[in-house]
Amino acid sequence: MADSDGRQVDGVNHATGKIYRLKLFFNNEGKELTKEEKQRLRKEKKQHKKNKKDDKGPPEKEKEKEKASVPAPSKPATQSPAHKAAPAPVHASESAAAAEKPAKSKAELRAERRARQDSERTSKHGKKEGGQQSASSKPKATPNELQPVVKRLPEHVQVDDPAALKKLAKKLERQQVRQIHSHVPLRSDYGYKVSLFSHLHQYSRKSPPTLQISIPATVIHPSIVRLGLQYSQGIIAGSNARSVALLHTFKQVIQDYSTPPNEELSRDLVNKLSPYISFLSQCRPLSASMGNAIKYIKKEISNIPSQCKEEEAKGKLQACIDSYINEKIILASEAISKYAIEKISDGDVILVYGCSSLVNHILCKAFEKQRKFRVIVVDSRPRLEGREALRRLVKKGIRCTYVLISALSYILPEVSKVFLGAHALLANGYVMSRVGTSQIALVAKAYNVPVLVCCETYKFCERVQTDSFVSNELDDPDDLIVTRNGKSHLENWQTVKSLGLLNLVYDVTPPDFVDLVITDLGMIPCTSVPVVLRVKNVDQ
Amino acid sequence: MPGADKETELSERIEAFLSELKRCGSGAGSLRGSAETARETTSLLRRITAQARWSNAGDLMEIIRKEGRRMTAGQPSETTVGNMVRRVLKIIREEYARSRGSTEEADQQESLHKLLTSGGSSEDNFRQHFTHLKANVIEAINELLTELEGTTDNISMQALEHIHSNEVIMTIGRSRTVEAFLKDAARKRKFHVIVAECAPFCQGHEMATSLSKEDIETTVIPDAAIFAVMSRVNKVIIGTQTVLANGGLRAVNGTHTLALAAKHHSTPLIVCAPMFKLSPQWDSALQELVLRSFCFLLPGEILSKVNAHCPVFDYVPPELITLFISNIGGNAPSYIYRLMSELYHPEDHEL
Repeated sequence: MADSDGRQVDGVNHATGKIYRLKLFFNNEGKELTKEEKQRLRKEKKQHKKNKKDDKGPPEKEKEKEKASVPAPSKPATQSPAHKAAPAPVHASESAAAAEKPAKSKAELRAERRARQDSERTSKHGKKEGGQQSASSKPKATPNELQPVVKRLPEHVQVDDPAALKKLAKKLERQQVRQIHSHVPLRSDYGYKVSLFSHLHQYSRKSPPTLQISIPATVIHPSIVRLGLQYSQGIIAGSNARSVALLHTFKQVIQDYSTPPNEELSRDLVNKLSPYISFLSQCRPLSASMGNAIKYIKKEISNIPSQCKEEEAKGKLQACIDSYINEKIILASEAISKYAIEKISDGDVILVYGCSSLVNHILCKAFEKQRKFRVIVVDSRPRLEGREALRRLVKKGIRCTYVLISALSYILPEVSKVFLGAHALLANGYVMSRVGTSQIALVAKAYNVPVLVCCETYKFCERVQTDSFVSNELDDPDDLIVTRNGKSHLENWQTVKSLGLLNLVYDVTPPDFVDLVITDLGMIPCTSVPVVLRVKNVDQ
Repeated sequence: MPGADKETELSERIEAFLSELKRCGSGAGSLRGSAETARETTSLLRRITAQARWSNAGDLMEIIRKEGRRMTAGQPSETTVGNMVRRVLKIIREEYARSRGSTEEADQQESLHKLLTSGGSSEDNFRQHFTHLKANVIEAINELLTELEGTTDNISMQALEHIHSNEVIMTIGRSRTVEAFLKDAARKRKFHVIVAECAPFCQGHEMATSLSKEDIETTVIPDAAIFAVMSRVNKVIIGTQTVLANGGLRAVNGTHTLALAAKHHSTPLIVCAPMFKLSPQWDSALQELVLRSFCFLLPGEILSKVNAHCPVFDYVPPELITLFISNIGGNAPSYIYRLMSELYHPEDHEL
């Protein structure tokens, strides 16, 4: 056992303490690992000492059940110990590399260090999201079954916890260049939030996050500012579009980046990206696909050997990003189309919901291959994304019908198949997608119509969720207001105390409603998602 | 001649009523509730009884049937008109039978037995003339009118039996009955209401503003979020346009989805419907489609190449419904056929 592991961990639940010790036994084979851990520990101690500690926060606890979701805004270099949390309010740490670690007691420090090692181990095995990787990561990663799920609640589902909000504000303040005192602005919530969702943010489109950014905003790269605005105004929407835009912007950022003296590109660039990511998540919470893309980039950056010249490194990174986009998005959609076209036969009536770039692509390809079918596009207020899908399909020449989602029971008897897109596939087999998807799957099931979900593997995520409440996104509530015959009833909804508007963005579909998931790896049932995740992680 | 004046006045009124119905259906006129339509139909029928020329019950029934057919043809989806006509026909039959002296119990006894034994022998029974028939019929119609006026209150009185405190109740669209029901319960209990807005007309917005004015915690959700929030809902309370003879509903579109979601989460679905909505007709071909107000959603050049559908009503099968609350109390959907046989005579099912 390494020396650091030999200490007693006082503040930890004995049950979990035991798990820690067992884990360490497992990793005893690779002595190399522990040495690396020591190195990493030393580096981190240095970084901790650099930062000031303000207040003594309470010992950090975490809920074990929820995995830290991929859209965590910051790069969590350190993890707090994974306690079996009592159902008490959770104070998650928002730590970035420049973490605000308050002065702690010895026991807490030890507990922290232990958790850090665990997190390093788990992140090495690829299961953890965004752990700070050291330059030398040669994992002979044996996927460890007894991983304690070291999770952290992301900030964006803790809006009702004032301590978490304070921490976020401080973190955003700290993400500043030392000379210039501008920072990533904290966006404030808008309007009355329905009590069931008081733990989520609700922003208004009328108050963009860039209002408080001073000029020149040297902390945040201008193309990131532009991207953030495009996200918050809804100009770029859709999982694939957002990820691709993000990756292109990162390419630009890397292009413009220059390593400051006495710093290593692999570490400094990652630090530079953190405020950008915080800013983007303030504009709009990160999607699962974006989170995976960010993880990939950070891993690639950390893997740049230190002796690499700057230009060479930048070129390599840009090539990595290009290949990621190409493999995971473009080629994946080709593969998925190939599989999906097998499932479309002549005379089919296919129902699609909203605007999924992947499903539109599949239908266009099938039409090119001379399949005879017609499409029913289901749309819903307030986003009315189906109009865009309708436009694309009609342009191609496909015969289309258009209905709103309330007419679903009317139109379903004619339908032979339902194709749905997904925003993310969760590890327990639930499909997270645009709100209304679960409804379509439910009614299709009642009418015995097969439901096929099309999803690329880069959208698979380790989170688990059983309902649409705990982790969701609240859109601008003013979108629900509509004017009919010159009258809009909800115009002054803010003035009425007991009236609330709820504009959800996502919902989760249980796996028993979904008959098949078509991915670039093939056609799998919904419940095989964790298998795919495991295979992917071993490959990496 | 006073008689002719009365007749022309009568036909004028009938014409006015018909045109009003047609206008409401096309959305140009003000939207009326079914209660209002029922009341107006009944008062019109009373007027016909009072002013038209008839000598025996058979004539009266013929006149009313004729007018009834005209009225229902004016707006087929407004079934309350036809229901009221049938109620009045049943009243005439009852009054006639009472005047003739046969007891009511004998008439209502085992309709199946009657079918087998008497067959069509009741046809010529209505030719006898009774002096007081007119007065009796008008009195009975007045009773019917009183009953109609009290339906909403009767239903709202039962609210406290069904809503406990801190409940989350979901409803869809706008129903005056449900509105009164919830407001009555809100006087004594605190609960939360989620209203699905029911696109494209978004009548749910009106409902929500009206409920929130009574200090009821209300939330408006788009139709797409119905399944997403259903897991937190304790009860679903809806109104309906028509209650069908098998216990099913013809309700505003989106109700079937709501009912399926409630079934999936085992949430009880309660329908507040007064008795005058009960209809023996089921015309499956009658599915009104409204395209006008819906087309604004699509730009012109796409609209020309696309079929757009916007149905107004949904059919909800009786298996998805838990309870009917009407002015005569609560009933299970399996009992509706029995109530139907008490309200209408089987020969009047086809006007």
